[in-house]
Amino acid sequence: MVENRPLLTFFSHIMLILGVVMIAFPIWIMFVAASHPETRMTQVPLPLLPGGFFFENLDIALNKGLSGQSGEGVARMLFNSLLMALMIAVGKIVISLLSAFAIVYFRFPFRMFFFWMIFITLMLPVEVRILPTYEVVANLGMLDSYWGLSIPLIASATATFMFRQVFLTIPDELLEAARIDGAGPMRFFWDILVPMSRTNIAALFVILFIYGWNQYLWPLLITSEPQMYTVVMGIKQMLEAAEQAPEWNVIMMTALLAMLPPICVVIFMQSLFVRGLTETEK
Amino acid sequence: MLKNVHFGPSVLPFLLVLPQIVVTLVFFIWPASQALYQSVLIEDPFGLKTEFVWFKNFEELFQDPLYWSSFEITVVFSFLVAFLSMSFALLLALFADRVIKGTGVYRTLLIWPYAVAPVTAGALWVFMFNPTLGVVSYALSALGYDWNHQLSGSEAMALVVMASAWKQVAYNFLFFLAGLQSIPRSLIEAAAIDGAGPGRRTIDIILPLLSPTTFFLLVINIVYAFFETFGVIHAVTAGGPAGATNTLVYKVFNDGFVGLDLGGSAAQSVILMIIVIGLTVAQFKYIEKKVAY
Amino acid sequence: MARVILEGLRKTYPNGFKAIHGVDVTIEEGEFLVLVGPSGCGKSTLLRMIAGLESITEGQLRIGDRVVNNLEPSERDIAMVFQNYALYPHMSVYKNMAYGLKIMGLPKSEIEERVKKAAAILELTDEQLTRKPRQLSGGQRQRVAMGRAIVREPSVFLFDEPLSNLDAKLRVQMRLEIKSLQANLGITSIYVTHDQVEAMTLGQRLMVLNAGNVEQLGTPIELYQKPASLFVAGFIGSPAMNFAEAKIDETGENITISGQAALPLGNGGMPEYSNKNVILGVRPEHLELVADDPDAVPMTVAMVEQLGADTLVHGHFGESRSNLTVRLDGIRNVKSGEVLAIRVTPDHLHIFDPDSERRLEGN
Repeated sequence: MVENRPLLTFFSHIMLILGVVMIAFPIWIMFVAASHPETRMTQVPLPLLPGGFFFENLDIALNKGLSGQSGEGVARMLFNSLLMALMIAVGKIVISLLSAFAIVYFRFPFRMFFFWMIFITLMLPVEVRILPTYEVVANLGMLDSYWGLSIPLIASATATFMFRQVFLTIPDELLEAARIDGAGPMRFFWDILVPMSRTNIAALFVILFIYGWNQYLWPLLITSEPQMYTVVMGIKQMLEAAEQAPEWNVIMMTALLAMLPPICVVIFMQSLFVRGLTETEK
Repeated sequence: MLKNVHFGPSVLPFLLVLPQIVVTLVFFIWPASQALYQSVLIEDPFGLKTEFVWFKNFEELFQDPLYWSSFEITVVFSFLVAFLSMSFALLLALFADRVIKGTGVYRTLLIWPYAVAPVTAGALWVFMFNPTLGVVSYALSALGYDWNHQLSGSEAMALVVMASAWKQVAYNFLFFLAGLQSIPRSLIEAAAIDGAGPGRRTIDIILPLLSPTTFFLLVINIVYAFFETFGVIHAVTAGGPAGATNTLVYKVFNDGFVGLDLGGSAAQSVILMIIVIGLTVAQFKYIEKKVAY
Repeated sequence: MARVILEGLRKTYPNGFKAIHGVDVTIEEGEFLVLVGPSGCGKSTLLRMIAGLESITEGQLRIGDRVVNNLEPSERDIAMVFQNYALYPHMSVYKNMAYGLKIMGLPKSEIEERVKKAAAILELTDEQLTRKPRQLSGGQRQRVAMGRAIVREPSVFLFDEPLSNLDAKLRVQMRLEIKSLQANLGITSIYVTHDQVEAMTLGQRLMVLNAGNVEQLGTPIELYQKPASLFVAGFIGSPAMNFAEAKIDETGENITISGQAALPLGNGGMPEYSNKNVILGVRPEHLELVADDPDAVPMTVAMVEQLGADTLVHGHFGESRSNLTVRLDGIRNVKSGEVLAIRVTPDHLHIFDPDSERRLEGN
């Protein structure tokens, strides 16, 4: 900083630590609840420090679920969430890479028309076309399937725009050099464009994985079989059950499991995450 | 837009855009046009016959006090979420930008709620504020306040606002911090030489220079509050009590899937589309503004 | 090695802009031809037409015995070195050089052999071959770009201002390297530059282009001694040639500058152009300082640049406004405001038609 004011710096640290505590408090409460047995979770006041029942809860959440329910744990839901998140992230990246490549590197009829069509998807989030989209998926027989969970979400204007931006910064001479080297369009795409965009692809993957993992409204609409539920849906279901017989230890353990993968992605790939966030918003 | 140097004509580009165009047509354009179409129809409950009614669905909607109250709730909710999460994030970003050591550590510790799904966030907050068990409501009752968001509409609204804002602080913090770090040091130093202390500099120099970021975040936060908080509301209040947290998106879902009012739900979808288009245009205005800077 | 023949080559862009107005030239096997001209003159366009990166609107292009107008760049048996090198940033130096060969489908062992050979010629070490382009200096990148061209063992090398991104000292060094490399490999080369010094030193023949037209084609010395047009005269040589409006007298034996001094034309004069208004050009290095000479003309000094090896004197011819630059050997003690007597021998006068801007020659 410009001038040295130790007191102000000290105050800044205090405020930041307070901020971090406030932000972290709900997570802490969740963690504490997930480490106590069920009996403790019905006594007021609830504990503020962790107990010793963490792994037992983990076992219950993964393999048994709430008592009085189907007896299925959330392991299957975690798998569904993972698969859906991966399919959405990979699908979005693949189709956006391809269409951005076509739009930037080819002159062809209806090019701008396609571009605007992709652009329009920005203005049509799933929330505003819930019913008709549901009908389409139902008519296609994709209810309760992994395709139904992922494909309707994989058209992405933001990813297409980002790759378009990336491709536009790649010097024209590289294409010319590749043409002299005898590389055709798809070879150029694989050997040069994709490797040169790999950081952007990774950054986008991080963002899209979180986006896919956290989808809620869409899976809620198109799945009716417990076999296809995702873990964030599982939490909501448990909350409904909690109104009769609260098993907060299991619910919070499930919440912990549901947020762990995306949080790990954010923390361990922080620079990619930050890059992905800022680049898709350009 | 297009490279000066490009490949010659062939069917290849059509094949390349095909997957995206097919997905867009089938799952975006077609459903959206269906929503437009259905918004001018009335279907009987068994789906046996439909009647073309022009703008009757819209008229009914606009005459429905419940719709207007939902509109009002959405506006209040969005404003509160945007204001709360942005001001909290800005405050933290200003401090984080001030400290030389540890900015990165604070960033790591502050950004991860972004990764928490709205439903999960809702579950955490509903647990903390559970009227009989929650740690916060217990603390409040010790202070003499009786918290029950299942009965009180304003407490329910406060809870969904807090849960939604909590999740969004991370995003705002990140962009505010980036905005602060991109302000040239020399400007701050010039102000310091002119005799402005840290507080004055923040008000006179930093905040005005941060205004493009602020405007951008405002739009993003409104979009977030409008559309992406469905999970929070569904988990925390399910629109209740007595419709106190029934936002527009929640109402579309509720009327369409639970109430099976196709025409009315479609008309609501169309209005939401118009709102999204407005917000997208606002966002692009921001980009133009940024270029002009 | 191959002959390159351009016949009536023209380029018109879809928007109607005519970039090249018809170029005819035969580039002999092993020849080094330089295309030179100011930016926007069409020299890069012409090179890219030869490379196959721009389409040919009209005319015929032959490399060896083949008409290559409609062939892909990779099928034309050429290699190209780009201004910004255009190295693939994510590939190692080795892979950059090997990429074209890999696409050709050559066996691994031969690719390795060729890359190693090229690396040896360019003095790139094994360690440098494993690096990424961004870890190399400008000069090294330049070498890699040349290496990528060499490994293809093409019949024609195309260079698009390859030295313009280097600093002055490195440019001189790389210029010499390119020249000796081309001489050793004996591969027909076409080289584009806007730098006339580079053009003069590298080219066996130079083609001067201006606004899509060929101004002159010839050896560097021909261009220097007998520039065919005002444009070439002004473009080749540094500092640039002095020009003045002048008139040939009635006899055709003398030329008068601004109605003042008369200079003899020598060599029997130019009687066919008697009484004609012309433009007279004299190179700064061909003006001499004389003490006492009847043919000398006066020059008023405005400014002096001391370069050590020589001295540039800027001023006006007599009382007129026409600018004049004189290049004198060594260090001279000249001050502004001084009036000098200068002289030029008739051999060094260049006379141009003011309308056609072409060179006029006595019979």
